[in-house]
Amino acid sequence: MIQRAGPDAIVVGAGIVGAACAATLARDGWRVTVLDREFAAAGTTSVGMGHVVVMDDSPEQLALTAYSAQLWRDLRPQLDARAEFDACGTLWIAEDAIQLDAVEQKKATYRAARVAADVIDARELREAEPGLRDDLLGALLVPDDAVIYPPGATIQLLDLARRSGATVREGVDVREIVPNGVRCGNETLHADIVVNAAGAAAPALTPGLPILPRKGHLAITDRYPDLCRHQIVELGYLTSAHAMTSESVAFNVQPRSTGQVLIGSSRELVGWDASLNHAILGKMLARAAQLMPALRDVSIIRTWTGFRPATPDKLPLIGRWDPVPGVWVAGGHEGLGITMSLATAEIIADQIAGRAPQVEAAPFSPMRVLSQPVEGATA
Amino acid sequence: MSNSSAGSVHVVINGQRVDVSAGITVAAALLNTGESSFRSSVSGEARGPVCGMGVCYECRVTIDGVAHQRACLRVVADGMRIDTAAVNVR
Repeated sequence: MIQRAGPDAIVVGAGIVGAACAATLARDGWRVTVLDREFAAAGTTSVGMGHVVVMDDSPEQLALTAYSAQLWRDLRPQLDARAEFDACGTLWIAEDAIQLDAVEQKKATYRAARVAADVIDARELREAEPGLRDDLLGALLVPDDAVIYPPGATIQLLDLARRSGATVREGVDVREIVPNGVRCGNETLHADIVVNAAGAAAPALTPGLPILPRKGHLAITDRYPDLCRHQIVELGYLTSAHAMTSESVAFNVQPRSTGQVLIGSSRELVGWDASLNHAILGKMLARAAQLMPALRDVSIIRTWTGFRPATPDKLPLIGRWDPVPGVWVAGGHEGLGITMSLATAEIIADQIAGRAPQVEAAPFSPMRVLSQPVEGATA
Repeated sequence: MSNSSAGSVHVVINGQRVDVSAGITVAAALLNTGESSFRSSVSGEARGPVCGMGVCYECRVTIDGVAHQRACLRVVADGMRIDTAAVNVR
């Protein structure tokens, strides 16, 4: 192992965001220690879908996802089969004329951000995805979007970090992040900087971060090769993802490298209750079967839930947390942590080094939360 | 059952027309014709029946175009199309 003489950094959380931060900081010469209370990718990283997807819910989200998706493509030659990187592209499908107009607008928005995007018509959509309902009007194809297997990618990011001298300690339960250090059990570890990348658990370590666990259900089918060829999302997905209060479902399917199809998505705010909600799971699967009738006759072999780390303003928290000296935050990515992980790491590494990040990072500063009213607060 | 005769029925195994005993399971029919690899695992290994009672899911085959049918739970029928190892890693 390379022994670095540089300053020390502790990254709390070995999910994909923490792993990306570790790899990037170690690359920059930091002596990195990653701590995880369980093991690599044990939390949200292992229960999500694995999108590398450009999203345009806001200009800031578009800039960050486009930048991070490019970083994933740049990293791809360094990833092996464990990451299951599949450049399958995304299809945003239109059910009616209004959505078809929205598809055209979305194309313009993506192209203005230098993201490849093409509108395909009803016939082309049927050829591209024969399993979909045959009366859909068309879709936006975002050909450079991809699907990965997040735990596999996380393990490889941690390997990259180790090759740059980082240490990964699993089973270390950080209880508190203090100025320039962390407390875990009887041990206090000191470092020049601490990055809170604890996902949905981040606010327990850095009180004041407005991150809530936003529950989701997923289902995975048996292997049906070629049943689904692209990541497919309904245009209403962003509406579902944006509304913070109500429970919602939206059609989102992904082909996996095994030939399985991963079916989502649902959103609920119910605290840390991980139990299956059969009503919402049923709604989610009914929506999937409605838009993709080929799914009606398949076997689903597993269903589960997970918690997205959600923020009230739908943007992640990336940057220095002034109330506690030496502490940086890399969290609150909700359902886009896989996509945004690499850009998050670059922004933090740039800011720590005094470099200008490749995207305007001010909108992601966690300091914004100190001047925002807390959603739902009655005071 | 559609096959009331005590004799045999015709099934089509991987495109080949075969006579098998009436009233037996698809798994038995496949084993009787020398077919031990029913499907391939995610890593491409051969798989065949283990429990014979619908629990282990190792004996899945495609029957009449429907994938992932447990061969041990289905009885052969005249004209049934049975395809093994139809599921492969992409």
